[in-house]
Amino acid sequence: MEQLLGKLVFEIQRVLPQIIAILTAFLAGAVVLLATGYSPLNAYSAMIRGAFGDVFGIGQTLTQASPILFTALAFLFAFKCGLFNIGTEGQLLMGAFATALVGISFHGLPAFIHIPVALLAGAFAGGLWGFIPAILKTRFRAHEVITTMMLNYIALYLTGYMVNYPYKAPGWVSQTVPIEKSAELPRILQPTQLSASIVIVVLLAVIMQYILRRTTLGYQVRAVGSNLSVAESSGINTRRVMILSLVLSGAIAGLGGSGEIMGVHRRFIEGFSPGYGWDGLAVALVGGLHPIGALLAAVLFGAIRSGGMVMTRTTGVPLDLINVLQSLVIFFVAVPMLARFLKRREFKWRLS
Amino acid sequence: MATLLDIINVGLFAATLRMATPIAFASLGGIFSERAGIINVGLEGMMLTSAFAGVVVSYFTGNPWLGVFASMIAGGLLGLLHALLTVKFRGDQIVSGTGINIFAMGFTAYMCQIIYGSRGASASVKGLDVIPIPLPIIGNHTPLVYFMFAAAILSHIVLFKTPIGLRIRAVGERPAAADTAGIDVYRIKYICVTVSGMLAGLGGAFLSLGHLNLFAWGMTGGRGFIALAAMIFGSWMPLGAFGASLLFGFADAFQMRLQALGLLPPQFILAIPYILTIAVLLGFARKVTPPSDYKPYLKE
Repeated sequence: MEQLLGKLVFEIQRVLPQIIAILTAFLAGAVVLLATGYSPLNAYSAMIRGAFGDVFGIGQTLTQASPILFTALAFLFAFKCGLFNIGTEGQLLMGAFATALVGISFHGLPAFIHIPVALLAGAFAGGLWGFIPAILKTRFRAHEVITTMMLNYIALYLTGYMVNYPYKAPGWVSQTVPIEKSAELPRILQPTQLSASIVIVVLLAVIMQYILRRTTLGYQVRAVGSNLSVAESSGINTRRVMILSLVLSGAIAGLGGSGEIMGVHRRFIEGFSPGYGWDGLAVALVGGLHPIGALLAAVLFGAIRSGGMVMTRTTGVPLDLINVLQSLVIFFVAVPMLARFLKRREFKWRLS
Repeated sequence: MATLLDIINVGLFAATLRMATPIAFASLGGIFSERAGIINVGLEGMMLTSAFAGVVVSYFTGNPWLGVFASMIAGGLLGLLHALLTVKFRGDQIVSGTGINIFAMGFTAYMCQIIYGSRGASASVKGLDVIPIPLPIIGNHTPLVYFMFAAAILSHIVLFKTPIGLRIRAVGERPAAADTAGIDVYRIKYICVTVSGMLAGLGGAFLSLGHLNLFAWGMTGGRGFIALAAMIFGSWMPLGAFGASLLFGFADAFQMRLQALGLLPPQFILAIPYILTIAVLLGFARKVTPPSDYKPYLKE
């Protein structure tokens, strides 16, 4: 019992900086609201009611949380290997488009074949979009921050071209025709858009935690991430590990795109992602760079989005407040967390 | 039937200069920051915020030059924030820059809704007048276009011909050595990142006050990232980045005209700056290495 209590206290201490950062961000947001003539109390209570007040709200919150959790896990996995994958947005778009392509091209397949094939296509396309910066990094020493950033835009324009020209559905909207029924992920909480992709991503979070902690691959990824030269001299093929982790990272982000297409939109619509890649980066950081932490943080960010819509409808506060809030969370989380991260690293060095 | 030749004319090259201006300012800003050892991926957000600040001040004062000044202040403040988070608190540079981009996206749209009642666009404001020089291509632009030429040359002189420039580069390349030589490393970093924001601010001012005379949602449209591409393409040299900005400005101007003709999907040309940058990083043209390892510097 005492041991359990001690563990609980330890866990709370660990997440305290994050909680303080989130509260500070909402306080700063309250100042913005007050300065622009809104009542923070009304706005925030509308937001909370909208996000968690009823089954519909909870469904919408989790719907919004799913793609962000995919990109957060993607960012997180590469980060553990010391790689800054800010290209999850592009990887998500590529995955989404590949999935849509499989979804509209095959007819008459049974769902138990069509669904996995469509998911695999998304993972493959996202993985390919992670493989390019991996090769550029390991062969040409090009920094992955720059290359993934550039690849985001290339993916944006590539899918933009596809959906405006060869695969454009008749009509004014830049979108494909709907995917086949057999490729749709089931909606699990009608009438909300919550689909089975939330199940996939939660499983993925648990699996990732297992891989990172319990497997050789996870150990190698963390070793490369914490000290490249030590990892190298201890016989790890660092180049291979880096490539693998960026490809897996891209594949996870790509699956996030698949989930959106198969579960929510049921076709590829240009501009369907309001920046899930960037949200994912924030969520990974707020979640303390831990898969289960990311799960909780994704629910928070999903709640800000879905509750934000209700807040706008009932109190008239502009919806863009949610981006201001998210950026404030990033600012306040980034500072103490990274200080702590560095401290831990120094400590590890001294031990070895 | 219009052909390709119909759109290659004097107007295209004049438009090239205009489209290059915001990219050039921001990429010069990127260079100042990176030469001092700080990556600035927040250029996009700095431009967007300052484009908005410029419009608001011009709207309330009726003076576009006060607007340009406000743009520089807004950009400089975000630069200062970036420096504070990365130099003083040793926060991660990419995270801080990303935060600035998200903040700018949200804050400008939020304030636009509050002040102008629409998140999509502001009211029209008084913008900068063009200088009536009776010359093709280089004539009849707003003053900011000419400032761009001056800023590129001045940046080159400051960075490579003055003692201050030597100090800046020393801080970026060998912070420990610079510290030993008695240079205040942190101060140089603060100044450079703030200047970086102010230059991005001028780019933002051009977009809103020198081009459209209003603020539109997300009007930077990725130019902050194209500016980073131009910076790399130009090997972190002001004149090189300026040349790359002209190239990317040309691509932008060309793309708009092609789109009007319906000859080629615009996406192909829009993607050019990014594809070229990756090609450069592949080492097709020459060896490209950044001037710093961007690690936070700890004073002994």
